[in-house]
Amino acid sequence: MTATVPTRADGRTVRRSSPGAARGPRRTGRIRRIGLPYLLLLPALLLELLVHLVPMVIGIVMSFKELTQFYIRDWGAAPWSGLDNYRMSVDFDAPVGKALLHSFFVTVGFTLLSVGLCWLLGTAAAVCMQDTFRGRSLLRALFLVPYALPVYAAVITWVFMFQHDNGLVNHVLHDQLHLTDKPSFWLIGDNSFWALLTVSVWKGWPFAFLIVMAGLQNIPRELYEAAALDGAGMRQQIRRITLPSLRPVNQVLILVLFLWTFNDFNTPYVLFGKAAPEAADLISVHIYQASFVTWNFGTGSAMSVLLLLFLLVVTGGYLLLTWRGRRASDV
Amino acid sequence: MRSIRAAAVGAVTMSLALAASACGGGSSGGGSNDSPKTLTYWASNQGASIAVDKKVLQPELDKFEKQTGIKVKLEVVPWSDLLNRILTATTSGQGPDVLNIGNTWSASLQATGALLPWDAQHLDTIGGKDRFVDSALGSTGAEGQDPAAIPLYSMAYALYYNKEIFAAAGIDKPPATWDELVADGRKIKAKGASVLGAEGANVSENIHHVFVFAKQHGADFFTADGRPDFTAGNVVAAVKQYVDLMAKDKVIPTGDAEYAQNQSVSDFAKGEQAMLLWQSAAANLKSQGMSEDTYGIAPVPVRSGTPGTGTGINSMVAGINIAVFKNSDNLDGATEFVKFMTSDEEQTILNKAYTSIPPVRNAQEDAAFNTPANAVLRDTLTKSAAALPQVAAESQFETVVGTAVKELFADAAAGRAVTTDSVRAALEKAQQQMPAK
Repeated sequence: MTATVPTRADGRTVRRSSPGAARGPRRTGRIRRIGLPYLLLLPALLLELLVHLVPMVIGIVMSFKELTQFYIRDWGAAPWSGLDNYRMSVDFDAPVGKALLHSFFVTVGFTLLSVGLCWLLGTAAAVCMQDTFRGRSLLRALFLVPYALPVYAAVITWVFMFQHDNGLVNHVLHDQLHLTDKPSFWLIGDNSFWALLTVSVWKGWPFAFLIVMAGLQNIPRELYEAAALDGAGMRQQIRRITLPSLRPVNQVLILVLFLWTFNDFNTPYVLFGKAAPEAADLISVHIYQASFVTWNFGTGSAMSVLLLLFLLVVTGGYLLLTWRGRRASDV
Repeated sequence: MRSIRAAAVGAVTMSLALAASACGGGSSGGGSNDSPKTLTYWASNQGASIAVDKKVLQPELDKFEKQTGIKVKLEVVPWSDLLNRILTATTSGQGPDVLNIGNTWSASLQATGALLPWDAQHLDTIGGKDRFVDSALGSTGAEGQDPAAIPLYSMAYALYYNKEIFAAAGIDKPPATWDELVADGRKIKAKGASVLGAEGANVSENIHHVFVFAKQHGADFFTADGRPDFTAGNVVAAVKQYVDLMAKDKVIPTGDAEYAQNQSVSDFAKGEQAMLLWQSAAANLKSQGMSEDTYGIAPVPVRSGTPGTGTGINSMVAGINIAVFKNSDNLDGATEFVKFMTSDEEQTILNKAYTSIPPVRNAQEDAAFNTPANAVLRDTLTKSAAALPQVAAESQFETVVGTAVKELFADAAAGRAVTTDSVRAALEKAQQQMPAK
């Protein structure tokens, strides 16, 4: 915080002096100066519109239409259905709404567990690797491999390992360690949730590790030295220095991990295919199935909009809370 | 100053270009004959791999180019992507000129209006309806409407059995009824081999089988006026009988519950499994190194009696149709190409390569389709095969019921009881997911 004050003061003096020097220029010159940044932003703005906003708006429009197989060829002609798609999605007594709610709860549980484990593993590994030792960079590189692998290649490998008959997981758990009395199914049935969680954490924690590692570099060594002189142990150092200093980093990290995990489509899709088992029916695949597999794009869009609203609320609430908390602690 | 102006000019130009290209997207509907010299063809994956398909099809496409001067751009689309690609093409209007579809999708795709209907006059340009066998024509769209597609390859399910395992277990002929199959299964298991393969997590395979079981129970998944009716007593009994092959009779190994990538074919080809229910598997087995004299082909078992109509149905009418995309910009060329692909000569060549049965009467005369192995398939197609329901919601039916069966297999594999009630509950849930109209 202290470091920003002089620059801000500098900036103010510079800004104050420059209009003074150019007092009384022609109007067009001022317009030009003010307009130029916007003009330069225009291509980016239009691209943003084209790539992000237009599809989003179309998606929202679609959610108010009855866009079934009879209309997809000429979907401008699909009849407006008002809020029917939404009503159907949130009617939790009817099968479609019930399935969506189930899928939502599965996703929330999955996301909380996955983000929590990713963060815990990432932070633990980063703290352990803070001190230099032989082979540290090798280990660091090794830890980042899951993050660097292409999703499809990595997950399909897990599919092979999770196979019932000749997968590695069953071979180790059942054949070698005799932990189960018969080989388990990992890709169908209830165990699929744990299979999905395993792959998700395996894939996600290196990112947490990377970010926390970067955050640790910014904590001054003197703090630890001073704490050590005052007799603080390792645990106290982590609790009183490391974690508070990592707060801003964690705030962003958790949010990003949450959004990624909640929206993850690739992992469940590659792991389970088009029809995910009920225990691992994540919302992104569920919506995909509601629209693509049953050819009802209106309902699918309505579900997507609901998901968008939910994520907006969560993100907004999270930012508001953490931001307030930070200001309060700063004061 | 000059560089700033250049940047401004650049920004304006780029913005204009972007705005223009954004407006230029999308195309008007309806076909035309704007590019008469080229065609794009999406072929389904019929051979053991996409490379095999290209090798089979390219010489024929070259022949077509020589005859007509029309160059055909071939793309072989894997099954996992084909329906999605067609849906995307339908939505955007940007698709191929000619394409292959699974014949069970005919009515669903017909409802989207993406495919060019073949009215009598249009059919005459390719030689008329009578060139094709009836069973194949029954899977080209909803009844009472002009066909949305033309039959290209026909296939039927058969029971493939490993002669060596049968001999070792002391079984002298393939089972003709399910009871016999279960009894044979005990002898086979006593010798340590696994009995029957299935693709429990493959939604389409599940549908093909429960459809046949339903027929054998005298049941239908849809009422006469096309409404879903999944919870009728005999439908439930039919689905239960199929799942019971794993849950109660234990002839399908529990591991097959998670199969979805034709692992059961590999198990059979490796000689680890005594029997396999599959459609026209010869080419596939050969490519996996199983020689033709090590296995036999028999009709799929029935509940009692012999295969025939009614409850003697023992296969779906499996097959591939060829269709013209309505938005094609070479409609005449596309029709010409369909005519070429369904000509007697091409039908013989292509169906030989894929070990399928030609849906064209004249081509069936060829000696290649009268070997004992193919005779079983041909007999099944003409005498005891039924078309899947030709209703607009067919594709949704495949998904929801196929998924229900997948979940039931998962229950069976996990050792949970599969009861009439649990089957009915699964089917009821599936029925509620069907579109309201």
